[in-house]
Amino acid sequence: MENVIRQVDAAFIYIIAFSMALLLAVTAAMVYFLFRYRRDRNPEAADIRGNALLELAWTLIPTFIALSMFYFGWQSYLGLREVPRGALEVEAIAMKFSWVFKYPNGKRSEKLMVVPQGRPVKVNLSSLDVIHSFYVPAYRVKMDALKGLKTYAWFLPARTGTHKILCAEYCGSGHADMMADLRVVTPEEYEAWVGAK
Amino acid sequence: MSDSFYEEPSAPGQTGWRAWLLTTDHKRIALLYLWVVLFWFLAGAAFGLTARTQLMAHGQHLLTAKAYNAVFTLHGVIMVFLFIIPGIPVILGNFLLPLQIGARDVFFPRLNLLTWYLYVAGGLLAIGSLFAKGAPDTGWTFYVPFSLSTQTGVTFTVFAVFVLGLSSMLTGLNFITTVHRLRAPGMGWLQLPLFTWSVYATAWVQLLATPIIAVTLLLIIVERVFGVGLFDPARGGDPLMYQHLFWMYSHPAVYIMILPGMGIISEIFPVFSRKSIFGYKAIVAATMGIAIIGSLVWAHHMFVSGMSDVAVLLFSFLTFLVAVPSAVKVFNWVSTMYRGSIVMSPPLLLALWFVFLFTIGGLSGLVQGAAGPNVHIHDTYWVVAHFHFVMFGGTGFAFLAGLHFWWPKLFGRMYDFKKAYLGSALLAAGFLLHYFPQFILGLQGMPRRYYTYLPELRPLNFAAGIGAYIMVAGLLLLVANLLLSLRRRRDAPGNPWDATTLEWQTSSPPPRENFLAEPRPPAYPYDFRRGG
Ligand code: HEM
Ligand SMILES: [Cu+2]
Repeated sequence: MENVIRQVDAAFIYIIAFSMALLLAVTAAMVYFLFRYRRDRNPEAADIRGNALLELAWTLIPTFIALSMFYFGWQSYLGLREVPRGALEVEAIAMKFSWVFKYPNGKRSEKLMVVPQGRPVKVNLSSLDVIHSFYVPAYRVKMDALKGLKTYAWFLPARTGTHKILCAEYCGSGHADMMADLRVVTPEEYEAWVGAK
Repeated sequence: MSDSFYEEPSAPGQTGWRAWLLTTDHKRIALLYLWVVLFWFLAGAAFGLTARTQLMAHGQHLLTAKAYNAVFTLHGVIMVFLFIIPGIPVILGNFLLPLQIGARDVFFPRLNLLTWYLYVAGGLLAIGSLFAKGAPDTGWTFYVPFSLSTQTGVTFTVFAVFVLGLSSMLTGLNFITTVHRLRAPGMGWLQLPLFTWSVYATAWVQLLATPIIAVTLLLIIVERVFGVGLFDPARGGDPLMYQHLFWMYSHPAVYIMILPGMGIISEIFPVFSRKSIFGYKAIVAATMGIAIIGSLVWAHHMFVSGMSDVAVLLFSFLTFLVAVPSAVKVFNWVSTMYRGSIVMSPPLLLALWFVFLFTIGGLSGLVQGAAGPNVHIHDTYWVVAHFHFVMFGGTGFAFLAGLHFWWPKLFGRMYDFKKAYLGSALLAAGFLLHYFPQFILGLQGMPRRYYTYLPELRPLNFAAGIGAYIMVAGLLLLVANLLLSLRRRRDAPGNPWDATTLEWQTSSPPPRENFLAEPRPPAYPYDFRRGG
């Protein structure tokens, strides 16, 4: 998962870097032309109506760059979808306006999800009412939870700590408060927690 | 000087209000639209500012969660369906398209007036929805099953949008027919000004895509009122089907929003550079390309909706392809300035801001098109920033640029330049302060449609609020400045910018039948050579 986060962020940075460069180039050209070709410095405009070669170049090159962005984006997406073997499976049930988590041994917990450090977690999502969306910004995962359709997300909690689980699909008056805590603990603490009634 | 259309009402013999409300003159209809659209734009801005003010402090203070939901829904519905989708075509398109092709009116003048009444009716229905059962709270997207189960007056709102869709579709039909049938002799397709091209391409999207949303919205009403299970999974319906249908229209609709704006920018750059547009044919091709490919990318709004990964692959791919023609246009605009003879003016300043802000908006869209990064930023403030950059920074600025460019054509009056510059500067500076922080908020994981947020996100939200107030002050100054010009005498020169397209061959404001003499379309619409 560290890996997946890194891949997603790398795709993001790749796109942003090109974008910044392009924005800078376009803006610089615009500002430069504005001053260089002011009426009082350049009273007579040239009659240029286009340039086939240039236009071909600035169509094809961006196409290739765009396709490379598509490729990296897709690669990182695959990482978010392919659940490694041996993942801990937790059911997350969304409802107005709460999250309930169900563990393999039948343990239920509301608004608190506890997971052991170092083991991949697959979250099986469903909803009791409208559409909600399971969102953990720290792990870059988000997936809609629907009634009548099984969806999933997965992440690897590499380090202990607490993160926020948010609802990212608008669901009504409690939408902004529909949060849960995601607590990553050591495997021993996890066993103790999940075993307790 | 001969009389203008103001002195000669189009329903002959009518005077006063009737000369306006029964008119079939495309110029009068355009002005009817102008006032109503302007009203909705300002109303939408007021709602936006209210929502933003709530977000300036943490927790509930100005608005409850419920009130916030109603406010952002009204803001979104108004801005999308009453301002940005119709705005440029019905005002500037209506006024200028016939003039740019040398026609006396649109092909169906009465249908044109009907669309205005439908538009007004849609707006009234939207107001009515406030009082029906409580203000709608679904967001402008009306996602099911939420929109099926909410107790508020959504049925009304949905019906309002349906009526507005009808209006938009008929306008599209009218413009397509007009361009095909009413071009003056000598006005071939490659003599069409680029604004006309863009309104024409838009009209096709309006005509072909709007029926999809119309039917979808009717299905929502059917399900709400009669309880038929179409979209609600609890009744055996399919919510993903709704999302597909909704975006099948609403994504093409974002091109309905942006294409006319791009058309305006394509007119302004040549005029103030005294130089031909760079790559006329490439811009025409990009315009049609955007209209066509843009109709095939709808499901990039649904990467985390639960649809299949194969669909994600396909729609992500197409999305990157549609980015290219927009980039091409930006390059063409900037190159138009190269070796030009540039005069600064309020329309040009707004157009320059357009290029800057639209480029940021477009580039941020690339991040959203990439499947992996999309998952993180989907439905966060990144997206809110993105669409305000393209819709407001893009289309909104283009609309204002177009108003300033054609104001003397519409009214025969020039406005004060100093106030226009000051207004544009405030608008742009406030805009950046308002929306740029929202990209960062999105990356930090703040979801959209939240009436409040985690306490650590307060500073950026507060800064954004300051920006919003500066921005709205700039907007009001720009609008007030335009309106104040109407108190002056009608003394603007007929062609104050020395522009070359056909609408400037006639007087400003034009006579009732647009041209006194047979219009003579130039062989090339952007020929700025002396005496050329
Ligand atoms: C005039 C100044 C404006 C302000 C202060 C403003 C502010 C806002 C705010 C605070 C939100 C709510 C975000 C959320 O809670 O998710 C929002 C949403 C939105 N805005 Fe604006 N905005 C402005 C102009 C515009 C313009 C010009 C457009 C379109 C042309 C626009 C289109 C939208 C849309 C479509 C939404 C989404 C509504 C929804 O989630 O259903 N806004 N805006
Ligand atoms: Cu929710």
